[in-house]
Amino acid sequence: MVRAMAEAIVQVEHLRKEFNGTVAVADVSFQVRRGEIVGLLGANGAGKTTTIQVLLGLTTPTSGLVKIFGMDFERHRIAILQRSNFCSAYTALPGNLKVWENLLVFAKLYQVKDHRRKTDELLELLEITPLRKHITGHLSSGESTRVNLCKALLNDPELLLLDEPTASLDPNIADKVRKLLRRVQRERGITMIYTSHNMRDVEEVCDRVLFLNKGRVVAEGTPRQIIDQFQQQSLEDVFIQVARSGDLLAEEGK
Amino acid sequence: MNFQRVAALVLRYTFLYTRSLPRVFEIFFWPVMELLVWGMLTQYLESGPYKLPGFIRFLLGAMIFWDILYRAQQGTTIAFLEDIWARNLMNIFVAPVRVSEFILATYCVGFVKILVTVAVLGVLASVFYEFNLLAMGWPLIPLFANLLVMGWAVAMVTTAMIMRWGQASEALAWGIPFLIQPFCAAFYPLDSMPAWIQPIALAIPATHVFEGMRAVLAGHGLSWSRVLWAAGLNALYLIAAGLFFRFMYGRAREKGLLAKLGTQ
Ligand SMILES: Nc1ncnc2c1ncn2[C@@H]1O[C@H](COP(=O)(O)OP(=O)(O)O)[C@@H](O)[C@H]1O
Ligand SMILES: [Mg+2]
Repeated sequence: MVRAMAEAIVQVEHLRKEFNGTVAVADVSFQVRRGEIVGLLGANGAGKTTTIQVLLGLTTPTSGLVKIFGMDFERHRIAILQRSNFCSAYTALPGNLKVWENLLVFAKLYQVKDHRRKTDELLELLEITPLRKHITGHLSSGESTRVNLCKALLNDPELLLLDEPTASLDPNIADKVRKLLRRVQRERGITMIYTSHNMRDVEEVCDRVLFLNKGRVVAEGTPRQIIDQFQQQSLEDVFIQVARSGDLLAEEGK
Repeated sequence: MNFQRVAALVLRYTFLYTRSLPRVFEIFFWPVMELLVWGMLTQYLESGPYKLPGFIRFLLGAMIFWDILYRAQQGTTIAFLEDIWARNLMNIFVAPVRVSEFILATYCVGFVKILVTVAVLGVLASVFYEFNLLAMGWPLIPLFANLLVMGWAVAMVTTAMIMRWGQASEALAWGIPFLIQPFCAAFYPLDSMPAWIQPIALAIPATHVFEGMRAVLAGHGLSWSRVLWAAGLNALYLIAAGLFFRFMYGRAREKGLLAKLGTQ
């Protein structure tokens, strides 16, 4: 069967989120189709994390429509979360448990079938089999990122949300993680949304980029398309141009 | 409600406790210290210049009963705080876990901790002060159960407050039971309290439990009206606490606090 266009896994229309008058996300619309890796790129405070949190149901939108697997969070929270997962540099697994203990708990939470085989397979894939019996809190940040990723892949998620997964990693480990994510995506066809303010991340990993600035999408396309659209040499130049033009607009508004 | 997920969360606490000596130590430390102080005080009151009869039974009974209430609240609230301290709360909230399953798991952990505490206190009280808790017989069960449920209702409120106001309100978790203590007739009978406080006391489930306990210890048997009052009030407060939790959970999601709690 040939499908003209892969189904939309994530559908966001006119998402807006205010916190006590602070506008974190002003007006964001996008779709993510099955198997895509979409990057949310933007400066600090652009609204990336807030968008991810809305997609995880941790934060309720002020207005707008959010559908995941065609479902609404308020009514299908468990069903959505059962098929997705999340990994971020800013969360951790309980530090005084051993790696295998943490993974066992989450395998059971996600009700993973044949969890022993699954865990072994993922540890192998992430090249962290020797860490199995280590205390989670004693891992280096590169190691704990990979353990977090292992947790995030346990339930064979159809949708994986990554909030700055490579933050706090040295360039070597960050590069490994990026290659790994690409490989996981190739082998398993996982749909991913990836936030970062790191150009390398986005250029290497993402099929498509949403450029966020002050809670709005200012550009959208492949990294190449965006560079051309802004007539710049690199995504980094675009980033700087967007960040500074935002400041200019704000100045003019005053 | 999915009990496999509840079991998974309980398993996690089991790992946490088997892996952490300070946590195990903490289950015993405070109750044992309290028992020593109260035990020695009551011995002095009974045998010293005052010769007050039957003191040991009432005070030690009250102390152990109070501890059940206090630990039911503490154990549950700490179980929630553990996830905040570990920066793991977000991992739990993005897993397919219902809030009710999470709360039930913290209750299970709190319950096991209480069983251990009470067993230790019971043994020590009988060895050192010849106070046999079990001599109270089956009335222990409805009385304990009511303390436990009240502790859970209070825990639901303190947990909701921590969720809403963050770790800064952690002090509430430790303090709130002591806000209740003076009014729940734990260490003195209801009719010895000032008249204007008595209506407040009667609205607290624990008051009826403590009154019931004293009656049983004095050999008057268990008064079912006390048990029913406690159970009725508990049902009311548990529902109210549940609604309060739900409201605060909604506020926390609105304000994006669930993500903040675990990561700062
Ligand atoms: N829970 C919150 N309460 C109040 N303001 C918030 C909250 N979360 C985010 N913000 C604000 O919203 C804006 C966007 O934040 P965020 O989504 O974290 O940006 P990014 O991840 O792109 O750096 C920032 O100005 C931030 O201060
Ligand atoms: Mg962010």
